[in-house]
Amino acid sequence: MNLQNILNEIEKVDADMYERLDHVTRRHVFQGWLKKALVGTAPVAFSAVLNKAYAQNNVVAEVLNFALTLEYLEAEFYNKSLASGIIPAMARPYYEQIAKHENAHVDVLKGALGSAAVMKPNFDFTAKGTFADVFSNVQTNYAVAQAFEDTGVRAYKGQAARLLVSPEVLTVALQIHSVEARHAARIRYLRGEKGWITLANGAPQGVYTGDEAQIQAGVDLVQLTGLPATVVSEAFDEPLSRESVLGIVTPFLA
Amino acid sequence: MGKWQTKLLYSMENQSNGHTDVRQLLSGKESAALGRRMFMRYLGVTAAAGVALSACQNEIVDPTATARNAREGFRTIDFGDVGNNDVTVLNYAYALEQLEAAFYTQVIATPYSGITDMERRILTDIRDHEIVHRELFKAALGSAAIPGLTPDFSSINFSSRAAVLGAARLFENIGVSAYNGAGQYIMSADYLTLAGKIVSVEARHASIISTLIEPQSRSFAGDDVIFPSTGLEEIRVPVEVLALVTPYIKETLNGMNVRRRA
Repeated sequence: MNLQNILNEIEKVDADMYERLDHVTRRHVFQGWLKKALVGTAPVAFSAVLNKAYAQNNVVAEVLNFALTLEYLEAEFYNKSLASGIIPAMARPYYEQIAKHENAHVDVLKGALGSAAVMKPNFDFTAKGTFADVFSNVQTNYAVAQAFEDTGVRAYKGQAARLLVSPEVLTVALQIHSVEARHAARIRYLRGEKGWITLANGAPQGVYTGDEAQIQAGVDLVQLTGLPATVVSEAFDEPLSRESVLGIVTPFLA
Repeated sequence: MGKWQTKLLYSMENQSNGHTDVRQLLSGKESAALGRRMFMRYLGVTAAAGVALSACQNEIVDPTATARNAREGFRTIDFGDVGNNDVTVLNYAYALEQLEAAFYTQVIATPYSGITDMERRILTDIRDHEIVHRELFKAALGSAAIPGLTPDFSSINFSSRAAVLGAARLFENIGVSAYNGAGQYIMSADYLTLAGKIVSVEARHASIISTLIEPQSRSFAGDDVIFPSTGLEEIRVPVEVLALVTPYIKETLNGMNVRRRA
């Protein structure tokens, strides 16, 4: 098998294949590159793709900055929670893994936006005193984590259609979106909740409003399946509008 | 069966069985595996597009060969050009939901030994969610829907907790990566949002199933499915997904063409 010939054939089909394949195979060949590739080059490669795409469209930049703001919020929350010393050893692996992802999301989005990236706002994780013991009471901390993750899932979903103009950016957003859902389920389970959202149950209420939907694509699924509305609502996470998300997040801005 | 398919299956197994931390990723072995995976991904795409691989003539994969994994007496289901229009993408999702719903239906019908009440509740919830997804796609597609698929779970030992939860994790991870990979092919904003409403629930399932398998670990969003340097979840294009689910479906699934809208 002649590798070069195969690559030539592939290139005819997928012109930018080299760019993608390159950063993986070179890693393999040059061991010294590896660490650098993992900590630095990979986000740069994503941002190269994203830069090209967002430059064509202001809507895309707007969506990415909206996402970046949420990721700033989450990343700083987990960083501070881990530093607070209240997260028990049992839960630290989850928090560390989630923190790693949220910080990486910040880097990916900032890299994509370049100079168009919004600055990180200052946060007040007590939400003006609503969660006064967020960094001293671990149960409060978990509750806030769940609210952020469930909001994140709904927020990305609400923006997806606006990214139809840029399939590459859309794909990256989807790749973040499902990770937020994994986080959300884990935090919920940690709190003794189901991993999925039943009806519009949960707090703060704004995070869950509208999640009880039982009609999808014009089909009433309770009627169709005979399953209870609780189950049907769990099977779908509903989107949140940008305005609703900002309503949830605003109390956390210092 | 094409060699690349075997390798895809092999690498999938590697990924889903255990979890790889950054140290392992930094070793040459893991990097080689990742490279191979990426390469096979492109090889798959190329074969799908119908390009003759003149470079390896003794290993040509003919994507149109219906005999590829055909079981005697079972039909071939052609999705057409997945991504060419939204019906093909919806049928693709419908096929995956059929598979998942059938799997969990079997899990609850013949529970593994030692199943706890909590596990039964979780798996029943998931079964019902997948049934709702399946029925939605069936109703939305109407006469354009592909036929009902015949599952083949003969390779899964339903009396074993490890086997059942391992298969569940495999199916959920495939499902999430499939939806994530197919989003870019959807033309309609409504269907894209609908797919989004479903994929996050699949991701929630994946997270909880992984937690049942490995409590108190990072596997709910492990480095085997989330690229650790970017925090982005793995994606799969239809040709890869269909190769992965083929062993569990008696019909032959053809949906080899992958279009990039970008």
